[in-house]
Amino acid sequence: MNFTLKIWRQRSHSEPGQMVRYDVDGVTPGMSFLEMMDLLNEQLTVGGEEPVAFDSDCREGICGMCSMVINGQAHGPARATTTCQLYMRQFEDGEEISVEPWRAAAFPLLRDLVVDRSAFDRIMQAGGYISVHSGPKPEPNSIPIENALAEEALDAACCIGCGACVAACPNGAAMLYTAAKVSHLGILPQGQPERYTRVTRMVAQMEHEGFGSCRNYAECEAACPKEISIKFIGRMNRDYLTATLRRPIKRDGPMDSQ
Amino acid sequence: MQRVGTFYRSVIGKKAIVAATGAILLAFLVFHLIGNLKAFLPDPAPGVYDIDLYSKFLRTVGEPLFPRTTVLWTIRCVLLVALGLHIACVVQLAKQNRDARPVAYIHKPARREATPSARWMLYTGSFLILFIVLHLLQFTTGTLGSTGFGESVYANLYLAFHKLYFVGFYAVAMLILALHLFHGAWSLFQSLGLDNPDRNLGLRRFAMAVSIGIFLAFASVPAAFYSGLMQAPKPAAQLTQQFEQQR
Repeated sequence: MNFTLKIWRQRSHSEPGQMVRYDVDGVTPGMSFLEMMDLLNEQLTVGGEEPVAFDSDCREGICGMCSMVINGQAHGPARATTTCQLYMRQFEDGEEISVEPWRAAAFPLLRDLVVDRSAFDRIMQAGGYISVHSGPKPEPNSIPIENALAEEALDAACCIGCGACVAACPNGAAMLYTAAKVSHLGILPQGQPERYTRVTRMVAQMEHEGFGSCRNYAECEAACPKEISIKFIGRMNRDYLTATLRRPIKRDGPMDSQ
Repeated sequence: MQRVGTFYRSVIGKKAIVAATGAILLAFLVFHLIGNLKAFLPDPAPGVYDIDLYSKFLRTVGEPLFPRTTVLWTIRCVLLVALGLHIACVVQLAKQNRDARPVAYIHKPARREATPSARWMLYTGSFLILFIVLHLLQFTTGTLGSTGFGESVYANLYLAFHKLYFVGFYAVAMLILALHLFHGAWSLFQSLGLDNPDRNLGLRRFAMAVSIGIFLAFASVPAAFYSGLMQAPKPAAQLTQQFEQQR
């Protein structure tokens, strides 16, 4: 199979970028999109050109590193699929394919198709944890958890933090990511003590990073390779409203003397 | 007070305000509609129209406990504040959303879930602001398309909706309102965290019923007047006064 690729090339954040046309041939239908990119890079290297920089790691759809907007769709046209699990048989021979990086103010571009997603890490650091003793492993059945709750928490915990939700959102919002991370802890009994401080802090960090707001388009849900539902956004909204409208409990710092 | 500030500054808080004020405005629309449909009621006496009595009631409700039009102005103030907050929050969020993606995609982004109704909220909303201004100028202050029938709502309706351009404009406006509500009447529940998979289908159907129902019911009044189903008004103002005195 042969393809015409239009790829965003940009040497660094400070330099202007542009779409550059490349022809790639010798692609087989069984190649993944990233393998096709590898093939292109080999051809570029042989021709003495700079290869296209892109992120990838596990190449089995679980690490969340690959990040390409293919023909205007984050992770390409297939639903519930990361770029690495997208195969070239999805495309027609001779097709023109456009490849762009995630576009968001909070994801500064580093080079070509690579963006810096550490904004997500900072959202996690703001509250994506539970405070427990790190002693010996607890007995598994000491805290009973209803199966439906455990399943729901796991649905949220499926998030691999790839950022497709931000890339697909017309507003560049990170609501689905933050909601998934807030919910997978907030649903479980172990996450209850910090449930409301967690949502307040993570949302504050999300806003601080410069993500947009939610207009309930559900484009994020359609782009999510793990099919995380926007029901978690509704759940986060409810938790956030409860947290801000409730009297804040001040637990930080020393107690005042009388 | 500090919490109110934090709440207002946050994106989720602002969306909640948009949703809550949207709910207030939707509730107002329903009451407005109930009032409009009084145009179809039979006349209580020759030359007296039920909707005119209703309009008088709106001005005098609360008397003698409150002076004339106090209740009406209170409701108007609540609606104005709600509308102001609705618009202010949306404008601020829209700016924030634009800043969140400074470099646009070159390939036109695919839209897989967002309905046209959702995508056009800013446009339909902007049109509705214009519509509200024109509508108030026409039927509240009487400055636009002045009718000379004073406070007789029935006569004003009769005169306005015998002109095709008014009927057309109101029909288009109601269609745009329906588009706005198709997304808004569902979205407000999601923004307030009241939606969940159990309720979602019901809420989506609620939004569909609201938008179609509001369009049909509001558009029925101009359509009825234009089609000639409604009687021509008598010199209404005087007759209404007479009727009131006789009672």
